[in-house]
Amino acid sequence: MIETIAFYLFSVLSIGLFSVTVLSKNVLYAMTSLASGMVLISGFFFLLGADFLGVVQLIVYVGAVMALYSFAMMFFDMTRDIKEKNTNQARVFLLGGLSALMLVLIFAAPIHSNEVAALYPIHEGMGNAQDVGIVLFTKYLVPFEVAAIMLLVAMIAGIILAGKKMDQSLTEDTSSDDILIQKDTK
Amino acid sequence: MESLVYIALFAPLVSSLFSALFAMSQKREFVGMVASSLIFISFASSAILATEIASSGHGIHVVMMDWISAGALSIPFGFMVDQVSVTMMVVVTLVSTVVHIYSMGYMDHDKSYNRFFSYLSAFVFSMMVLVMSDNFAGLFIGWEGVGVCSWLLIGFWYHKADVSREENPSISPSWAANEAFIMNRIADLGMLIGIFIIYWNVGSLQYDVVFSALPELSGSVLNSAAIALFIGAMGKSAQFPLHTWLTDAMEGPTPVSALIHAATMVTAGVFLVIRANPLFALTPEVSFFIASLGTFVAFFAASMALVNRDLKRIIAFSTLSQLGYMFAAAGLGAYWIALFHLAAHAFFKALLFLGAGNVMHAMDDELDIFKMGGLKKSMRWTYIYMGLASLALAGIPFFAGYFSKDAIIETAWNESHTLLWFILVFTAGMTAFYSFRQVFLTFEGDERYKKYNIHPHEMYKYVLVAMSPLAILAVIAGFFQGSFEHFVTHLLPEYHMSEDTHHIAWFLGLVVLVFAVGGIALAYKKYAKGLKRDYRVEDSPIYQLLANQYYIPLMYEKFITKPYAKYSDIFWNQIDVKIVDALVDGIAKFVYKSGDKARVVQTGNLSNYLNWMGVGAVVLMVLATLSALA
Amino acid sequence: MITLTHYLVVSALIFSIGLVGVLRRRNLLMLFFATEVMLNSVNIAFAAISHYYNDLTGQMFAFFIIAIAASEVAVGLGLLILLYKRYGTLDLDGLSNMRG
Repeated sequence: MIETIAFYLFSVLSIGLFSVTVLSKNVLYAMTSLASGMVLISGFFFLLGADFLGVVQLIVYVGAVMALYSFAMMFFDMTRDIKEKNTNQARVFLLGGLSALMLVLIFAAPIHSNEVAALYPIHEGMGNAQDVGIVLFTKYLVPFEVAAIMLLVAMIAGIILAGKKMDQSLTEDTSSDDILIQKDTK
Repeated sequence: MESLVYIALFAPLVSSLFSALFAMSQKREFVGMVASSLIFISFASSAILATEIASSGHGIHVVMMDWISAGALSIPFGFMVDQVSVTMMVVVTLVSTVVHIYSMGYMDHDKSYNRFFSYLSAFVFSMMVLVMSDNFAGLFIGWEGVGVCSWLLIGFWYHKADVSREENPSISPSWAANEAFIMNRIADLGMLIGIFIIYWNVGSLQYDVVFSALPELSGSVLNSAAIALFIGAMGKSAQFPLHTWLTDAMEGPTPVSALIHAATMVTAGVFLVIRANPLFALTPEVSFFIASLGTFVAFFAASMALVNRDLKRIIAFSTLSQLGYMFAAAGLGAYWIALFHLAAHAFFKALLFLGAGNVMHAMDDELDIFKMGGLKKSMRWTYIYMGLASLALAGIPFFAGYFSKDAIIETAWNESHTLLWFILVFTAGMTAFYSFRQVFLTFEGDERYKKYNIHPHEMYKYVLVAMSPLAILAVIAGFFQGSFEHFVTHLLPEYHMSEDTHHIAWFLGLVVLVFAVGGIALAYKKYAKGLKRDYRVEDSPIYQLLANQYYIPLMYEKFITKPYAKYSDIFWNQIDVKIVDALVDGIAKFVYKSGDKARVVQTGNLSNYLNWMGVGAVVLMVLATLSALA
Repeated sequence: MITLTHYLVVSALIFSIGLVGVLRRRNLLMLFFATEVMLNSVNIAFAAISHYYNDLTGQMFAFFIIAIAASEVAVGLGLLILLYKRYGTLDLDGLSNMRG
């Protein structure tokens, strides 16, 4: 009972909020609705018994990613409205509508197979976090480590891309280098 | 022995390739000398092979390598040196050697001296392939090779421009070369069809296999093969109606005329008939047709030579006429006699042409005999040579032509073809008349050339010495008739005159002699004292008819070449350019235009690209759904 | 009763909304927002399938998608900063350098 109500509530709200994200002209509104939508997605996860995933969603997406976007918004100084050219609204909505229709038809069709065997079955006894932990650090260890490296690389890339005065070292004292260079050219 | 075969065959090729290295440079003396020496080596090998075959009595067969070996078809590069081919080899190489040495003197002022020797030797090589091959395919390769070399050599002075037909009946060397090649090509179609018929019915092109399989074939197959092969021979040996190219081929340098259009290439047709004599022996109607056509051509060509003014053209008509004689003999079944006349004719005709070349060289390339006269004072040796050759040609006793021509005429009587016999006899008279008309008008009588400021001088000594073997052979070759018959009939069928003919042989010979001497006497009476132009005769219709070669070249031009050119133009401009080219260009243009239209997609705008991605995704989803439902 | 189909339909709808945003937006930053929407919708679908088939694989995949999305945002925003420094605008229509 609660599940049904929760589901419908979450779905309506998330669809509404995400609509605001894509349709609004104001960056702030779009960002705020995006963050809210993500919180509701996290609610979905909890509804589906994926506790760990829900928490990760909140921390990473709503916390980190949205913070990033806020900094970006501030950097680009977009509080004023962006004048968007008149795109061909009809075409866009037609495309979107068509794709929505197709996807819904595909997913709504009762073609779920009953022969699917669970690869890593959920254990009812222990909590979701333990379950995820066991699978993550044994079966999915390599992807985990690779993801870690990828995050490291992304971090370095982000720093380099956005950093200023990158050619000067922050730790070594290179002030004497200039005197040496000057001496050579004399 | 086998190495001799290869030496005889490939020495001319080496000579040609060697001379080709210098083709673009100035005249080098040693090119001529090397070429002549190599051809002489080929001659020496052929002569040694001839003595070898004469003593052993059977031929030498070498197979160089497999050429085509596809399924049931197997054509090797094989060469058969037997009595017939060795006769041809000796004749070809001897005349070629003389002509090469002669060319060293004749072409000494020509700037394309080296190129000439390359072409000349290439021709000799092709001719050797033709006569030495042991199958029809090799024969055809040589056939085409001599055709190409003939084209190259006739059109040697290709830079001479086209002139109208009144100025020069051959229009230009390039035109004459094209005419020769195209006429040969038309005949080659017949030759190819003949080869195909033979292959289709026999399954092989080797001479020995084909000839042994002939008796089993049906009459119609044999007839069609014989006719088709003879059509090929007609083109090469310039029989009517494919004869006009031979006189126009005189546009080429005189050594070319001597070698190709007297002694070798034009005899290739006769050689083919002799070589394929088992086939022609089995088709008597076709053989009779060959004999009749040969007789007709003999008369036809001699008639045109009676009134011609061009020195080389008279000799060319005489070649045509003698070829008719050879075909008459071959058609009547006397193959060895045809071969004998081929060899003898090669010697004295080549000598005639070379002598004419001497005259031309002395007279600054003047060809009109009406403008010559009295040259025996300044050109003693040339006069003697040409006189000897003309005596041989006319069939005066004890010269070579007497034995060979008389044998042919006797054959016609022997076969009871009285009409053919009479035409051949009358033609012998005409032959004597026109050859001595030419000799007298050129060498005797008043010196008409003085009007044109020409100062004639005799040719170089070494050239005259080189021409001497031909002169000697023109005189004595007839005496070898007996041993030649004995030699060659090892391979060729024998032909003996019947008893009746033997009895009256002396009488028949006397009749011919009367005609021949009569011809000479008539020519002497009219021309020995000098030229007296009789304009009434010259304007009479018969004279005009003969002088214009029965208007045949004109008719060919009007009814064949011009309409054909018109149709070719239509096909080129209307069909090829407008349709075929347009089609190909159209495809390219279509690709280009569609690319241009598709370029619209590349706007550089990310949003547009995402739009297209969305469209693609939706299309794929629709397709997937539809295919899942279907 | 909420079946798997319900969740999948919701996911599809949110995906289409994200698609509309991606197609429509001219501002690059807003484009990124729409991309985030699409990623999230996919996560819902994975989690739902994982729940209804009693399989942890779906959750693991959603987990990694979150990780990737995070790093993608970091690098993407860095590039956006460079783009902004270079061209002074984030409007898509002004950035057609690769026009064919």
